[in-house]
Amino acid sequence: MLGAYLPILLLVIVAIGFGLVSLVMSSLIGPKKFSVLKMSPYESGCEPVGTGQERFSIKFYLIAMLFILFDIEAVFLYPWAILYKKLGMFGLIEMGIFIVILFVGYIYVWKKGALEWE
Amino acid sequence: MENLNGYLIISAILFSIGTIGVLTRKNAIVIFMCVEMMLNAVNLTFVALSRHLGNLDGQVFVFFVMTVAAAEAAVGLALMIAFYNNKESIDVDDINLMKW
Amino acid sequence: MDMITIPAVNFTPILPEIFLSVLAMVLLLINVFIPGDRKAYLGYLSFVGIVAAGVLVAAGWGGHIESFSGSVVLDNFATFFKMIFLVSAGLAVLISDQYMEREGCNHGELYPLILFTVVGMMLMASGTDLMTIFLGLEVMSVALYVLAGFNRKNPKSNEAGLKYFLLGCFSTGFLLYGMALTYGATGTTRIAKIAAVVGQMSLPSANIMLVAGMLLMLTGFAFKIAAAPFHMWTPDVYEGAPTPMTAFMSAGPKAAGFAAALRIFLVALPTLQVEWSQVLWVLAVLTMTVGNITALRQDNIKRMLAYSSIAHAGYALVGFTAGNGTGTAGILFYMLSYAFMNIGAFAIIILVGKKGESNGNVQDFAGFGVKHPVLAVAMSIFLFSLAGMPPTAGFIGKFYLFSGAIQQGYIWLAIIGVLNSAASVYYYLRVMVFMYMKDPTEEFDWMQVTAPMALCVAISVIGSLIPGIIPSLILQFAQQAIKLI
Repeated sequence: MLGAYLPILLLVIVAIGFGLVSLVMSSLIGPKKFSVLKMSPYESGCEPVGTGQERFSIKFYLIAMLFILFDIEAVFLYPWAILYKKLGMFGLIEMGIFIVILFVGYIYVWKKGALEWE
Repeated sequence: MENLNGYLIISAILFSIGTIGVLTRKNAIVIFMCVEMMLNAVNLTFVALSRHLGNLDGQVFVFFVMTVAAAEAAVGLALMIAFYNNKESIDVDDINLMKW
Repeated sequence: MDMITIPAVNFTPILPEIFLSVLAMVLLLINVFIPGDRKAYLGYLSFVGIVAAGVLVAAGWGGHIESFSGSVVLDNFATFFKMIFLVSAGLAVLISDQYMEREGCNHGELYPLILFTVVGMMLMASGTDLMTIFLGLEVMSVALYVLAGFNRKNPKSNEAGLKYFLLGCFSTGFLLYGMALTYGATGTTRIAKIAAVVGQMSLPSANIMLVAGMLLMLTGFAFKIAAAPFHMWTPDVYEGAPTPMTAFMSAGPKAAGFAAALRIFLVALPTLQVEWSQVLWVLAVLTMTVGNITALRQDNIKRMLAYSSIAHAGYALVGFTAGNGTGTAGILFYMLSYAFMNIGAFAIIILVGKKGESNGNVQDFAGFGVKHPVLAVAMSIFLFSLAGMPPTAGFIGKFYLFSGAIQQGYIWLAIIGVLNSAASVYYYLRVMVFMYMKDPTEEFDWMQVTAPMALCVAISVIGSLIPGIIPSLILQFAQQAIKLI
């Protein structure tokens, strides 16, 4: 029974091996000539300006947090979607209440301005 | 299920790793990640026991635990950001305004 | 197409929770749609809502209704604790507006958060399934993390919120693991069924999974009620959180933790009582002693009351260790009277305090008795009640707790409790010495005794005195509450 997984094992070995071999060979065989230009961080062709540390802006966190919360709402909606017909009206009303509760939260977030990017 | 013990041992190990992480780490976010690991170890325990007992109660519990963990994550990170805005650091050694 | 048969659901047990959740959401929307800085009307609305919920809860007295296939119950036990939560929330709402205006936080979201906390606590009290108790616990805790850290500009409040959050999540992990192991040992999460399964086991204390689960759950609950050695978060969180939230946190969630712990340990695991009462004995002694000894050295009155609340949880643990009718009724009585006396004391502290949480030391009460005699008398009543002197409610509560312990044969426990109570008199009466026997150093003219604050103080005075003078009034309710569990 485990033999059916053999191709996957081979795939994993080949993938890891490919990455390892490229890294090892390039560090062993490649020339090592350092220059200031080659060691500076890559910034799509432009000259790098300023240090790499930026002041943390809070909007990234807000988006992530809202994503988690509404994603969990979606997680609860999926099983209901599968059994939609069997749960009938009861399921509809109950999930409707659930969505309304989260909708209140959504209105609050919207009006507070957390969805503005700038 | 013949290897229930294996699952329980693994989740106990995960739980211990999480506990040790909470007690020894300095970065508040890493501490929270270790707490999440503890909660997920408990999830594993619940699912393994549910499968062993033939009951679905454990798996329903897992649903709730995951939701609660997500909500706690949101709130906890908000608290950490409020702290960071005041103190410019999330090192728990800097949470030192109140002592004896 | 076969429909899944939905079992009939009776919404009566959770009617107060539904009402308060809807009210909280409505308040949230009102807060965000009506601009402006004065948010006092939200406080009045939430107070009216809490009183209405109190009427709803009181209407459920005397019944026993199970719902949601036995995971939620409406019985006297739940009703009594729900009244405790509503009392603490109502008093906290009354005193929070003045404080928040003074500190300059925009506090429109405070009231919905308090209401959500109450909903979580109510679920904890009426839950008869480990899942429901866990859900209620988490709803309460998440809202409390935000409430502890509510004052975002104050670094102490940030610190309090973060500490409470990290340690609270940590203890939730332990509680959950305990619940998982109990589920594994018994095969069910319903408390009544756990009791049945454990009762049928031949040697329950040999079942390692069950004992380990019980101990881990005890650890989780011991954190929530701030029992030593899991009390380290309490002083910092209580000192840093905004004072009305500290008042709320010291009364409501502690009672909620006791409610859930009582239900789990007295109903589900009574056959293991020998084991867990031994652990609780040690916890009770440690808690009382640590709380009282460390409170002796405190100057900041908020911190002193925080340590004293640890000691009071210790006294309640004495009743828990006893586990008999008197002790458990004593716990219920004590939690109710503690809500009144502690929140009353915090109300006076808010009145005496100045902006930025300054003026919070015991020495700042000097001469208070001369300048504001009525408030000083009220504060004295609260302090006497906390110290456990007759004829206040605190005395009757301690009396019942300790006599419950003596009835079960825990003589030494009761002796240690009485000694600790005597030791606590020192730091409570120290405030009274400053109020009455020292010369006033300031004029106390920044104090604004508004109507809500006066109402809170008045209600707390009544609540601290009446159960002490006529104990049977509340005690009969407490005894009826524990009869069914």
